Amino acid sequence: MITISGKSVFGGVSIGKLLFYQRNNKVIKRTHIDDVDAEWKRFQEAKDTAVDQLKGLYEKALADVGEANAMIFEIHQMMLEDLDYLESIENIIRTQEVNAEYAVATTSDNFAQMFAAMDDAYMQGRAADVKDVSERVLDILSGADTGLKEMTEPCIIAADDLAPSETVQLDKSKVLGFATQYGSSNSHTAILARTMNIPAIIGMGEDLLKEYSGRDAIIDGFTGTLYIDPDEETMKAMQEKREKDLEQKALLEQLKGKENITKSGQKINVYANIGNVSDLGAVLKNDAGGIGLFRSEFLYLENTDFPTEEQQFSVYKQVAESMAGKKVIIRTLDIGADKQVDYFGLDKEENPALGYRAIRICLTRPEIFKTQLRALYRAAMFGNISIMFPMIISVGEVLKIKEIIAEVKEELKNEGIPYKEDVELGIMIETPASVMVSRELAKEVDFFSVGTNDLTQYTLAIDRQNSKLDEFYDPHHPAVLAMIKMAAENAHAEGAWIGICGELGADLELTEEFLKMGLDELSVSPSMVLPLRKRIRECD
Amino acid sequence: MKEFKYVITDPEGIHARPAGILVKQAAGYQSAVTIAKGEKSADAKRIFGVMGLGVKTGEEITITVEGADEDTAAAELETFFKENL
Repeated sequence: MITISGKSVFGGVSIGKLLFYQRNNKVIKRTHIDDVDAEWKRFQEAKDTAVDQLKGLYEKALADVGEANAMIFEIHQMMLEDLDYLESIENIIRTQEVNAEYAVATTSDNFAQMFAAMDDAYMQGRAADVKDVSERVLDILSGADTGLKEMTEPCIIAADDLAPSETVQLDKSKVLGFATQYGSSNSHTAILARTMNIPAIIGMGEDLLKEYSGRDAIIDGFTGTLYIDPDEETMKAMQEKREKDLEQKALLEQLKGKENITKSGQKINVYANIGNVSDLGAVLKNDAGGIGLFRSEFLYLENTDFPTEEQQFSVYKQVAESMAGKKVIIRTLDIGADKQVDYFGLDKEENPALGYRAIRICLTRPEIFKTQLRALYRAAMFGNISIMFPMIISVGEVLKIKEIIAEVKEELKNEGIPYKEDVELGIMIETPASVMVSRELAKEVDFFSVGTNDLTQYTLAIDRQNSKLDEFYDPHHPAVLAMIKMAAENAHAEGAWIGICGELGADLELTEEFLKMGLDELSVSPSMVLPLRKRIRECD
Repeated sequence: MKEFKYVITDPEGIHARPAGILVKQAAGYQSAVTIAKGEKSADAKRIFGVMGLGVKTGEEITITVEGADEDTAAAELETFFKENL
């Protein structure tokens, strides 16, 4: 058995024959051409054919892997029609009186070198794109075929590296995995492999030999290991690993795209809670219907000074765009209590959970609040953003918030900066006070989201941080459930919707009860979305 | 001639995707559109030129627009940068 390691770009295990992909290794000859006009025309025709092919690939990729990933083929078209690129080729053909193949190969090398010489790993990786598009033209000029025609059974594809166009052209029902000698995790191939859910390992180097082609292999995308001629023991362990992974994925697949609906037809939205932009992948992978709680604190906690409006805007915009029209509920900063940040200069308090935190900071230091609101209202132009305010205890606070929002909008308007006029506004229900006045609050906002962790702590007067109190702490305490029920009734009476974004939302023992209360949404950690969907679908 | 400056906020800088969108946008104008970063400059209608600048997040670029439709082009491009980069 031979074991080779590389860098995993997508998890999963696959077992099958290895097929080493042999690219037509063209030797480009330099030949003298008399009729340079005809040669230039021959190139242009080949280029037009290449552009047409790329348009086809774009359409295919659009359907397979989505717009953001398909864009590369549009960029490839632009590269082929770039004036610098074309001028260089025409120039070589005409002044050196040489064949189009030679002119394309030389130009391709020059442009690839320009990228390879840049001081940025991402741009260096783009050298492969230049070569990929030029290869396409060369293949057309020489009448050669591309692709993996010889694949008759499902295989693990090995190669020195795979161009995006090669990856997308593969018959996916026959690809078990990828193993390449080179390539970076930034390469489009790596991105496509991830999107297509194919186990892939890159950067295996020279250890991955062409002579392994046709031999039995196992690719373990979790550890980045490739086994050639695996022994019995390894085979058995890998088969088990594969089964487990497939079971997990099957559950996921089964439930993906399904509605969150009970047997009797009651629907509820299941969203995900996230605390950083890096969680977005998990949200999409687990098929959450939206983001029910985006904790904006990380922007403040990760910084050594107040994050600027631009920094915040770019993060909110990215989240809104990534969710492509699905709801994204962003909670304004919830600093204080157990989340401390030095540069806020907050005083030590006797009782921080009952102290100067969250909306109380925002309302007394409006300059901090306004920066965040400006960024939010601007980013709302790029998706379906809702804003939620934490730690509310009174209607007066909501009115004050609305006044500040009106000022922010007026300022943006005067500065000519685009912003969204109507953004859905909601509040966290996490204090007993907010529950008691929830009827009045519901008249002022579009939605409620129950923060069950704080609501439980304040209702039961139990400090969450004190482990000695664990025996008194009952997360299913009837008082807490009564609070949620009351808030739900009052929200609905005033035409507002209500959800839960605390830990209780993911408590599968309570799902049925929450459905009975008529809650409109449950927001849970991304990994709980599908288990919760399963539970909902089992309820009557 | 119209000129404006812009600081890139996109965390990835002018990478392939925004470069592509930018080239498409710039190609829609009659005016010549030039992007300069320090000493280097590039024709905004040429993707290799734009990517070759290697503009990263936080870097300032100067956009120059010159031609018949320079007023609308400059205004629209400024909005374009704010929205996309």
